[in-house]
Amino acid sequence: MSAPTTLFDKIWNTHVVKDLGHGWALLHVDRHLLHDLSGTTALKAMEKQGRAVRTAQLTYATFDHAVSTAPGRTGDTFEGGRHLYRGLKSRAVSSGIRIFDIGEPGHGIVHVIGPELGLVLPGSITVCGDSHTCTNGALGSLAFGIGSSESTHVLATQTIRQKRPKNMRVKVEGRQPDHTTAKDIALHIIRTLGADAGTGFAIEYAGSSVVEMCIEQRLTLCNMSIELGAKYGMIAPDDKVIEYLRDKPFAPKGESFESAVENWRQLKTDVGAVFDHEATIDVGQVRPSITWGTSPEQNAAIDGQVPMPDDFVNDARRAAYMKALDYMGLTPGADLSGLRIDRVFIGSCTNSRLSDLRIAAGVVRGRSVAPHVRAWVVPGSEAVKRAAEADGLAEIFKDAGFEWREPGCSMCVAANGETAEPGDRVVSTSNRNFVGRQGPGVRTHLASPATAAASAIAGYICSAGEL
Amino acid sequence: MTPFISVTGPAVPVLLDNVDTDTIIRIERLSTIARKDLGEYAFESLRVSRAGTTTNSPLNLDNFDRAPILLAGANFGCGSSREGAVWAIQSLGIRCVIASSFGDIFFNNCFKNGILPVLLARERIDFLAKNTSAGQSLTVDLVNCTISLAADASPIPFEVNPLQRDMLIAGLDEIEATLSCDSLISAWQQRDQVERPWIWQTN
Repeated sequence: MSAPTTLFDKIWNTHVVKDLGHGWALLHVDRHLLHDLSGTTALKAMEKQGRAVRTAQLTYATFDHAVSTAPGRTGDTFEGGRHLYRGLKSRAVSSGIRIFDIGEPGHGIVHVIGPELGLVLPGSITVCGDSHTCTNGALGSLAFGIGSSESTHVLATQTIRQKRPKNMRVKVEGRQPDHTTAKDIALHIIRTLGADAGTGFAIEYAGSSVVEMCIEQRLTLCNMSIELGAKYGMIAPDDKVIEYLRDKPFAPKGESFESAVENWRQLKTDVGAVFDHEATIDVGQVRPSITWGTSPEQNAAIDGQVPMPDDFVNDARRAAYMKALDYMGLTPGADLSGLRIDRVFIGSCTNSRLSDLRIAAGVVRGRSVAPHVRAWVVPGSEAVKRAAEADGLAEIFKDAGFEWREPGCSMCVAANGETAEPGDRVVSTSNRNFVGRQGPGVRTHLASPATAAASAIAGYICSAGEL
Repeated sequence: MTPFISVTGPAVPVLLDNVDTDTIIRIERLSTIARKDLGEYAFESLRVSRAGTTTNSPLNLDNFDRAPILLAGANFGCGSSREGAVWAIQSLGIRCVIASSFGDIFFNNCFKNGILPVLLARERIDFLAKNTSAGQSLTVDLVNCTISLAADASPIPFEVNPLQRDMLIAGLDEIEATLSCDSLISAWQQRDQVERPWIWQTN
């Protein structure tokens, strides 16, 4: 009998085409997803090097980063991204790569459509030139972000050279408190463990709270793994995953699906498998949370305060805190709740799925956005957009004074002209509050869709429970 | 790829933790500025104040102009996978980054562009920074895996994965290296189509 093995190692081991020595392997890639920013760069490099795409059948392209999300937009609307949109589209089509074009069903943010279309399957290796590829680990895929040179390597060889990471298990145990979401849990984990705790590791999330989560919550949790420093974040596939995938357009059908399920049932960490590191999170301690600084680890409960300098024992962390407060225009010990805001952004690969919009709409229903706040909802995909319109969610947002936009990365990455003004305070459901992330001088506060919706109504930072 | 054997020169200290790739290069610069010119926009938020004036960051000091070595804190290059972060520091003239830890994707991206990322304990980085700030130059030697200060006879050893070290020293093209075992890839794919046909039913 073979030694007890982790979920991660099981998938890794079955994908080794060649052992390269020194911990490195040449791994087969089952799904390669391209977007307009890194995908265009990788395909251009292929052209320059005179190479052909090796396995176009396993490669897919969408346009999300540098496209406008203004109502009625086309791929040309944002002038700065036009060459990327056109560059990816023409090269993908001529290489035989399936594209999901703007306006058609299937289009959307790459990490929203991967699961939604059933492109990403348990046990697969999925890569994309985007650090939030770890999102897809929620379905039991070994999924990770790569650079554009690595993406070029995958296009040319359908393989990737990687060093095997260490294994970490994060057990999330207990009953999730009311008014909290997977986003609050993710922020809590990052605050507790630190923004570099996962560097060099592949994380497997387990525990009773993870088992309880619906698939879309799990996608949010895994999405934030890279903000812990981990390139990989995954969850063993269970019945919920199987039922989620059953009717997805690109998932296998009929007997083929059943034979896939047989394979997927083996995808779990064996009893007795050893992790290099284990952490346990008591989910009962989680409260609606929001960032106050410029790293996702710099967050606190909404009813809490900005920390004091003495709260940091580590010099480097204290220096980062001082710098962050200066950028964010905050003082030590200030209350987070009640801070006046200028903008709200509900969207991104973290929180733009139908269940996210349902939570936000539940808070917004029958209320109005504060007059001084400009609030956006950017659905994650064409499918999410259409479903939200059919369900009446879009009407709820529009009636309240939100702008209802087209799918794309929008203000999360701000590579599309969609930025706030210098000094603006933004409550955002995205994943990064880095300096300048939403535009030069813009102050980003990361939070859940419920908190973002409540803050839009209040006009200041506010949890849904407080509203 | 440009091989990396050794570099000698000034080492500029940017000793903050969690310097993310957004801080290294803003995303909109990547779609509008040529790769070789990105250096001018590297670390913008550290080098230029909100009022538009030059800050007192070491990155702005004349004696660190075109410094080939960067001394950094923990989790350097975390966040976005953008390879433009590597191109930006490359355009600044940097060939080697020494940090106490790196973002995993940034770390890999360095090797693809002939840049050597070196892991070193924070105390040692602080020691090096103190000396290079006082004007000493630093040598990073990949053949012997050592770092030495001009005026100090005892070199500091560092570790690097042998596979990546050999690729860098030879300036090898990884795609060509992989394509040399193309038959293994074909054999793997043929076997997988039998074992996991559902992975290949893509329509």
